[in-house]
Amino acid sequence: MTPGDSLAGEITRGVVRAVARGLSIVENGAQDAPALLHALFPGVPDHRTIGVTGPPGAGKSTLLDRMITRYRSLGSKVGVIAVDPSSPFTGGALLGDRLRMQTHSTDPGVFIRSMGSRGHLGGLSGATRDAALLLAAAGYDPVFLETVGVGQAEVEIAEVADLTVLVLVPGAGDDVQAMKAGIMEIGDLIVLNKADRPGIEQLEAAVAASLDLAPLGRPRPGVARVSSLTGEGLDELWALMDGLLASIDPVKRRLENTRRTLRGLLTETGTLFAARLLDKEFGTEAHILELISNGVTTPYEVGRKLARAAERMLSGDESKEDRSHRDSG
Amino acid sequence: MDRRIRVLIGKPGLDGHDRGAKYIARALRDAGMEVIYTGIRQTPLAIADAAIQEDVDFVGLSLLSGAHNHLFPEVARILREKGAGDIVLFGGGVIPEEDIPGLNQAGFKAIFTPGTPASAVVSFIEDEQKNRS
Repeated sequence: MTPGDSLAGEITRGVVRAVARGLSIVENGAQDAPALLHALFPGVPDHRTIGVTGPPGAGKSTLLDRMITRYRSLGSKVGVIAVDPSSPFTGGALLGDRLRMQTHSTDPGVFIRSMGSRGHLGGLSGATRDAALLLAAAGYDPVFLETVGVGQAEVEIAEVADLTVLVLVPGAGDDVQAMKAGIMEIGDLIVLNKADRPGIEQLEAAVAASLDLAPLGRPRPGVARVSSLTGEGLDELWALMDGLLASIDPVKRRLENTRRTLRGLLTETGTLFAARLLDKEFGTEAHILELISNGVTTPYEVGRKLARAAERMLSGDESKEDRSHRDSG
Repeated sequence: MDRRIRVLIGKPGLDGHDRGAKYIARALRDAGMEVIYTGIRQTPLAIADAAIQEDVDFVGLSLLSGAHNHLFPEVARILREKGAGDIVLFGGGVIPEEDIPGLNQAGFKAIFTPGTPASAVVSFIEDEQKNRS
């Protein structure tokens, strides 16, 4: 029995402090993280992850507050991971999403965790997917994922969530903005928030016009006009969400999530492996940078040589029965 | 491994003056910490629950209303009761000198009164963190 096992047990039983500790382990990429996730994975119940994304100040957290209320009224335990940007200079972050979800501050059926993006650029943090899995293992369903306030291209949420809700507000640009690629394409559902504000008609028309031009073969996203403030339009939004969530095949979803987790690990392992190989073949990053600035080589040549070194290593592997002697050859 | 110091800044009670709390939150952010700000008018239970869910290393409370002798120890009590007595507590605001020993007794490692530079709070946290790990 490793410490990971007993923590996993407490997480599965929904012990709040254990869940919080587990999230830190996963978020920090601590040594125990893979063992913990390994212990939790087989027991993760089927669950829904719902992404909420949109530009800064669109009202994502406030809308999320409403969504939590709604799922609590249905008796669900609700988990939330809210990501805010980390400073690229100091690494510090001011995590303020919780402030908008105070309605649920003492509700034991709601678990809210704030995360800094920690240099991750897709609108989430590197650990968001695993953190969502951990909350699901603790019995939270749905798990909401709130992105940082996004610009035009932070589309990662669509890869992580089963259902992505894009929140837009009036007054953020003309119809050309609504026609651009990227963020405008990822909403399974588009919420036109702050419907109590002027400009909502224009926004609705611009979004509708943009969707009319969407290529065939992709379902047209539902659009809901909502005011999180007054509650206007929320019932229509719930109906749209329920419809979309019901249309998801749980078996396919699980397979898809697993595939994405595997791909994430592939990238992570690949990066680590490449860094070690680079170090072994060429020396430290500082050394390589010096070679490049002295005109001895270019980043592209380094990349090409690295790929060749990896190739050599892999083909060498196949011919050797005992892999432990690999490094001596 | 990417470990950041996590701090929750909370404002318990009915006092709505949050300039000080926001100023400290911003200073800690600029010192490379992850700061969770809960906003004004929080109950001690809400602050304690948030601190536990967020798995913070520190909780800083700010109060200018005079109710610190009641509200600060209450947060400390709930945290201990919920098995989170290891979180380091500090406080700030309009707090008379004579109240400070009592608050220290209740579990507050430091009390910062008006005029304290933000850097003093930053160094307090950094020093304490060294002792913890």
